[in-house]
Amino acid sequence: MPESTDTALTQIASRTDGARIVLDRVSKVYPGQDAPAVEEFSMVAEPGELIMFVGPSGCGKTTTMKMINRIIEPSSGSITIDGRDILSLDPSELRRHIGYVIQQIGLFPHMTIAENIAVVPKLLGWTKQRTADRVDELLQTVQLDPGTFAHRYPRQLSGGQQQRVGVARALAADPPVMLMDEPFGATDPITREKLQAEFLRLQESIGKTIIFVTHDFDEAIRLGDRIAVLSERSQIEQFDTPAAILAEPANDYVRSFIGQGAALKRLALIPVETAVLGAASAAVDHHRIATDDSLRDALDLLIVTGAPAIGVVDRSGTLVGSLTVERISTALGADATALAATRSDEGRLA
Amino acid sequence: MTVSTATTAISTASAARRTDRRIRIARRAATPVIVVLSLGGLLLWLSTLELDSIEQRTLNWDYIFLRTGEHLNLTIVASILVAVLAIPTGILLSRTRSRFTRGFVLGLANVGQATPAVGVVILLAIIWQTGYTTALVALVIYSFLPVLRNTMIGLEQIDPFVKESALGMGMTSGQVLRRIELPLAVPVILAGLRTSLVFCVGVATIATFINAGGLGDMIVNGLKLQRFPVLVTGAVLVASIALLIDWVASVIEDVLRPKGV
Ligand SMILES: Nc1ncnc2c1ncn2[C@@H]1O[C@H](COP(=O)(O)OP(=O)(O)OP(=O)(O)O)[C@@H](O)[C@H]1O
Ligand SMILES: [Mg+2]
Repeated sequence: MPESTDTALTQIASRTDGARIVLDRVSKVYPGQDAPAVEEFSMVAEPGELIMFVGPSGCGKTTTMKMINRIIEPSSGSITIDGRDILSLDPSELRRHIGYVIQQIGLFPHMTIAENIAVVPKLLGWTKQRTADRVDELLQTVQLDPGTFAHRYPRQLSGGQQQRVGVARALAADPPVMLMDEPFGATDPITREKLQAEFLRLQESIGKTIIFVTHDFDEAIRLGDRIAVLSERSQIEQFDTPAAILAEPANDYVRSFIGQGAALKRLALIPVETAVLGAASAAVDHHRIATDDSLRDALDLLIVTGAPAIGVVDRSGTLVGSLTVERISTALGADATALAATRSDEGRLA
Repeated sequence: MTVSTATTAISTASAARRTDRRIRIARRAATPVIVVLSLGGLLLWLSTLELDSIEQRTLNWDYIFLRTGEHLNLTIVASILVAVLAIPTGILLSRTRSRFTRGFVLGLANVGQATPAVGVVILLAIIWQTGYTTALVALVIYSFLPVLRNTMIGLEQIDPFVKESALGMGMTSGQVLRRIELPLAVPVILAGLRTSLVFCVGVATIATFINAGGLGDMIVNGLKLQRFPVLVTGAVLVASIALLIDWVASVIEDVLRPKGV
């Protein structure tokens, strides 16, 4: 049935702003092993959602992810993308519509950066001009100057630059789905933070459905719309928004994964503007924080300066109120209550 | 053989690469100079000699061109056959999961190479026939292994993650082979071919034992008839051809090595 495969792929490919991925009781047993690497894994990723898989080494994150583009074939269960069973599609054709970034980057050493990025467009038969334009656009998106980098070879790039090319290459044909396996794993903390920030900005504009594997919980909090905390055999211990997981870890396993400083991590997710501000006159010193900074930044400033209150300014720079440690603490409490409320609402609806 | 494989596996540090380049250029220039000098020396020396009638029969341009032509023909045709046969075999072997098949074919090629070349040639002549074809077959058997083994090594040494990302981006396994694996294996495969070319030049001297011509004729004649100038001319010519072929192959290797590797 090549025809139905074609139409299915065309439909999936046209959903460049994200497709819905459903994994239903998916298991993987590697040949020669008794215990499954992934056991009865079920999950729904909504279109445009950025889902993080977090878990310790060897828990099955990579295996689970690679079953979605059939680099690894599932032993049982079903996986659908926009309602199409992926096992009914031609694997190579399917993969051309799923962006794929691996930790080891895997750039082709004998091809220039431009040629690397052009691989999937070429496979899809794009014209030379369209491909060249796209390569330029993508290099700019990942902040590499096309004039400088397009004709270099991978080994002439730093690790962080290679990672960016890896991401650009996966985005080349504007796929609805992206699979990213520790894409920023091999970089130093500073580069990593920069790449994460760029990536967040990028995802805001492209809105793909992304499965993102990491074993860095802080990265998961920073980037994810939802986080799946996994344990042995890819068992889901908790699957929720970063704020909800931090506020209400489902069990000790999740708690141990969050580690110390859960409150601080939550504060980092709450913008200053959600707190109830004190009077602007309370900010006697000249220390200022912006409304779109996080409460964690505000607390940081309070501690560093030792001031009893700091001023809050809006985007235009006008002083709109003040913040104290007490008000930050109250905001954190209110956030937890609000979370619990939406939770019970969802419970009633379900 | 080990030398040529080792040169392809040079370290990647850029400083090392620069000195390496300088050494390569020096070595590049050295070979033709040595060959020209020794051939010139040979000619000079021969011109000072009074050749007797037996020597004149072999030490004339017609005879030398004929034998050199035969020698080159054997060497080049055998090497082309080896390339055409051993590279695809190596690709197929590196794709089979069966350890037994791999071991068996590699073992067979090993036997071909480990058996003394004279043995292979004479044996084939006894059970089959004498002449050009037999010599060719013997040469192919003898120099099959380097190309076979280097093709397999060349394909196996490729970073598995490079292959995985190629597959993950939607290349079929044929496309991965053609666009990724073979280009990346080219330097190692060529090193194997170069080894086997040089083998062939040496072993083709044995063709004379089964009436297949080549410069072996001169060497054997020189020995049998105790004509030292004939013997030396044959030997110097074979050595020069080996050096020159190795040199040409090394130039080709450099030209075909993928950029960026
Ligand atoms: N090709 C394979 N053959 C056999 N077993 C495998 C294979 N790949 C992975 N495994 C096993 O399956 C389990 C899950 O591996 P997987 O690579 O999915 O873990 P992971 O969560 O991605 O770990 P990491 O964080 O270290 O990358 C491990 O116990 C691993 O040993
Ligand atoms: Mg992994």
